[in-house]
Amino acid sequence: MARKRVIHAINEALVEEMSRDPKVIVYGEDVELAIMGDTRGLLDSFGRDRIRNTPICEATLTGMAVGAAAAGYRPVLHMMFSNFIYTGFDAIANQMAKLRLMTGGQATMPITIIAAYGGGGSNAAQHSDSGYPVLMNLGGVNVVLPATPADAKGLLKTAIRGSNPTFFMEAIGRGGEMGEVPEGDYTVPFGKAATVREGKDVTVIAIGSMLKPALEAAGKLEKAGIEAHVVDPRTLVPLDEEALIAAAQRTGRVILVDEARDRCSAAAHIAALLADRAFGHLKAPIKRVTVPNVCMPYAPNAEKRMIPDAERIVRVATELARA
Amino acid sequence: MATAVDTPTSSPTTQQLLALYERMLLIRRMEERLRADAAAGNLPGAVHLYIGQEAIATGVCARLKDSDWITSTHRGHGHFLAKGGDPKAMMAEIWGKRTGICKGMGGSMHVADFSKGILGANGIVGGGFAIATGAAFASKLSREGRIAVAFFGDGAANQGVFMECLNVSSLWKLPLVLVCEHNQFCEFTPSATVTSGEIADRARAFKIPASVVDGNDVAAVWQAAGEAVERARRGEGPSFIEAKTYRIQGHLEAEDLFLAGGKYREKQEIEEWRTRDPIDRLQQRLLESKVRAEDLQGIGTRIARTVEDAVKFAQESEAADAELAFDLMFVGQKP
Repeated sequence: MARKRVIHAINEALVEEMSRDPKVIVYGEDVELAIMGDTRGLLDSFGRDRIRNTPICEATLTGMAVGAAAAGYRPVLHMMFSNFIYTGFDAIANQMAKLRLMTGGQATMPITIIAAYGGGGSNAAQHSDSGYPVLMNLGGVNVVLPATPADAKGLLKTAIRGSNPTFFMEAIGRGGEMGEVPEGDYTVPFGKAATVREGKDVTVIAIGSMLKPALEAAGKLEKAGIEAHVVDPRTLVPLDEEALIAAAQRTGRVILVDEARDRCSAAAHIAALLADRAFGHLKAPIKRVTVPNVCMPYAPNAEKRMIPDAERIVRVATELARA
Repeated sequence: MATAVDTPTSSPTTQQLLALYERMLLIRRMEERLRADAAAGNLPGAVHLYIGQEAIATGVCARLKDSDWITSTHRGHGHFLAKGGDPKAMMAEIWGKRTGICKGMGGSMHVADFSKGILGANGIVGGGFAIATGAAFASKLSREGRIAVAFFGDGAANQGVFMECLNVSSLWKLPLVLVCEHNQFCEFTPSATVTSGEIADRARAFKIPASVVDGNDVAAVWQAAGEAVERARRGEGPSFIEAKTYRIQGHLEAEDLFLAGGKYREKQEIEEWRTRDPIDRLQQRLLESKVRAEDLQGIGTRIARTVEDAVKFAQESEAADAELAFDLMFVGQKP
């Protein structure tokens, strides 16, 4: 184990997978200079046939991934901000998510799309969406949200080696966070939630970027005599339903924390799942701590008000524990 | 037609013309049967017919190898058959049967055969541009010498992604051929009322060689496609072909139901274009080249049998397996 930053873990995964398989190519806007940090050094190591800057044309970049995959490549498309998924959405929603079924299984789409989501940097609403709920609804694409450097590396390697289109969602502004990363080659399987902290009083299911405030909240709750059981789904599609149901049953009190807008959020989906399949074990209503149904404002104070933090989680958890 | 049409400088041999004739007639007869079955209510979904445009898919695909890729449109039966797709598997697909080329999961607008390089007809207007560009990019990287052809209509040329793909394919000298089938209609709207300037000029603006040909003259299409394909194989980059033609059928069969008495073209215009039918013209040319009428009739008989066999195969096949949808969303993963 060594302590590494998230972007270094992602970079290692790219280097290792590009070395392992010559069919892995990385392309996107400004990837050569590595504006997002995670593709640094790839150009020198692999050259422009393996990593390439593109024009700003997301509608074409997403469609090209489909064509390159059909031609036997494993494209990794870096889309920078998850908001740019919207400008490239036709080929995502109408082509890569559907072609396997529509061709009767002829098409295999080993595509990885990297995109940064969430707020916190005064990037304003067009650069701060957490665009994954809409991707979850497409069918046909996987959605993964690593919360630690170790999971970032392991999940990205699974995505690149896999045979399905996968959105690898990076939490914006969290690339510098440190964590222990195992040595050598390893992967993290899709559809396996991680229990990050054990407790008996309240279950906190924290998605992606929300694991950090959830753990901070758990520390504060402990001082107040409330034991939080913290679970990280790690992948939303596929979703480890059984682990989440078991975690809900364990305490009978559930909080879902999600940086997406509340309406049709991942939290809303999981809440519905738990209401359906863990109802008999619940001692209180399922609570969601999410972004309100507003677009992310620019001003730091206004933005802070919208993004779930430890304080909000503690407040809801305390109410729940008393319920 | 607003643009002058280029004159071909060399022509296919009589043998080549006969092969083109047979393929064009296969497309025509398959679609005439589809038209009848659509009218009889035998087909589950919409069908968009290619009648009158057969020379374009046929002339272009005759220049391609099995390993080359094409992307097609919602009007895609002709491209599928021209690139070597199986008539039975296509017919069964349109009938919604499990023996269909896509196991009944795609239907008329989505016939695809990846083993023949047919990356699919596509229900999204302009959906094929970037897929073809991506395949051409892959070929460039792998140096395999394969090329990609994007078939699209004048309607798709107004999608922004067209401009994006012109830019990137020219910039990277991708082995791509863009074939615009200018059939005069964007669904139910005359193209001239929604299109500014000449479509070929859009390609020229990106330094892509563009030719405008009579799309109802298979020899002219064949000639232009030959030059474009060779240029792509030499690694010199993309080419653009605009084939002027006319959509004889409606946007889709049974369009009168949607139009509810509305009208977007005159009957007389359709009749005028019927006199320029690409198959009739080719037949005339073949007869003038001393091909015997009975040889052409023999081709017709053979094709009639192929169509009947395809329909029988489709009719007798089992309905699609609904459970298959659950297996096909992902590789090795439940939906």
